[in-house]
Amino acid sequence: MTWGWWVTGFGVIFLFLGSLGIYRMPDVYNRLQAGTKCTTLGAFCAILGVGIIEPSWFWTTLIIAVFVLLTNPISSHAFGRASYMSSVSFCEKTKVNQSEDFCRDEDNDT
Amino acid sequence: MYKNNNYSGKDRIKGFLWLFFSLFILWLLLTSTFYYQEFWVGIVISFIIAITTHEFYIRLGFPPVTPKRFGFFILYIFILFWEIIRANLDVASRIIRPSLPINPGVVIIKTRLKSDLAKIILANSITLTPGTFTLDIQEDRLLIHWIDVRATAIEEATEIIGGRFEKYLRIIFQ
Repeated sequence: MTWGWWVTGFGVIFLFLGSLGIYRMPDVYNRLQAGTKCTTLGAFCAILGVGIIEPSWFWTTLIIAVFVLLTNPISSHAFGRASYMSSVSFCEKTKVNQSEDFCRDEDNDT
Repeated sequence: MYKNNNYSGKDRIKGFLWLFFSLFILWLLLTSTFYYQEFWVGIVISFIIAITTHEFYIRLGFPPVTPKRFGFFILYIFILFWEIIRANLDVASRIIRPSLPINPGVVIIKTRLKSDLAKIILANSITLTPGTFTLDIQEDRLLIHWIDVRATAIEEATEIIGGRFEKYLRIIFQ
């Protein structure tokens, strides 16, 4: 039982760090990094912890957590691609930028 | 590939059955009861969804299930989970340090995977793992935003970012 509280607490810490990362990072892309990475484990642990506290919900919470795990990268990829396509600029700290070489052929884009 | 909708009857039945049973097992896990009303509602809903959407399921192109593929898939899930935990700790440690030690960049990597589904899984795995995040895919090239750039040459970056997953995905999908 108490394990569930520990797991949920661990998840909440990561959710907090994810929000802090969104505040501290310099541009959209780095913010998305923080927003994806930390909230994945944060949401996973927070949801799974509820399942451990209440054992009869365990399988349901596990499935919800797995769906969060599957859909989280897709949503952040959608945000990142949309910002890249509408040419949101990268921050000054950016060392390498090969995105000009990655030209899109509009004809092949079905 | 979007125009080709002429699947044979055998493919359709196979796709339908796979989709129906996976949806139904998901329903049983979500409701976690065998009470006959919920059971029958689950069967009816899975049937309707499977009959209307099995074409999309076939289009995804899942490879035929063999014990070797299944074993490597389970192994892949464990590796992915370990990488997710590492990614979270890595990015969290960058966030809480006052100096904010980031060194971001945008690099191109190449993949040798052919099927669309394998590329989706690779791109999602890259997004979930330490400091990397897929911006765009075109044919066999992926545009990656990297929070801590360590290599700029295409081959080297491919090895560091995608190498861990690609060798397993190649066994699973080919």
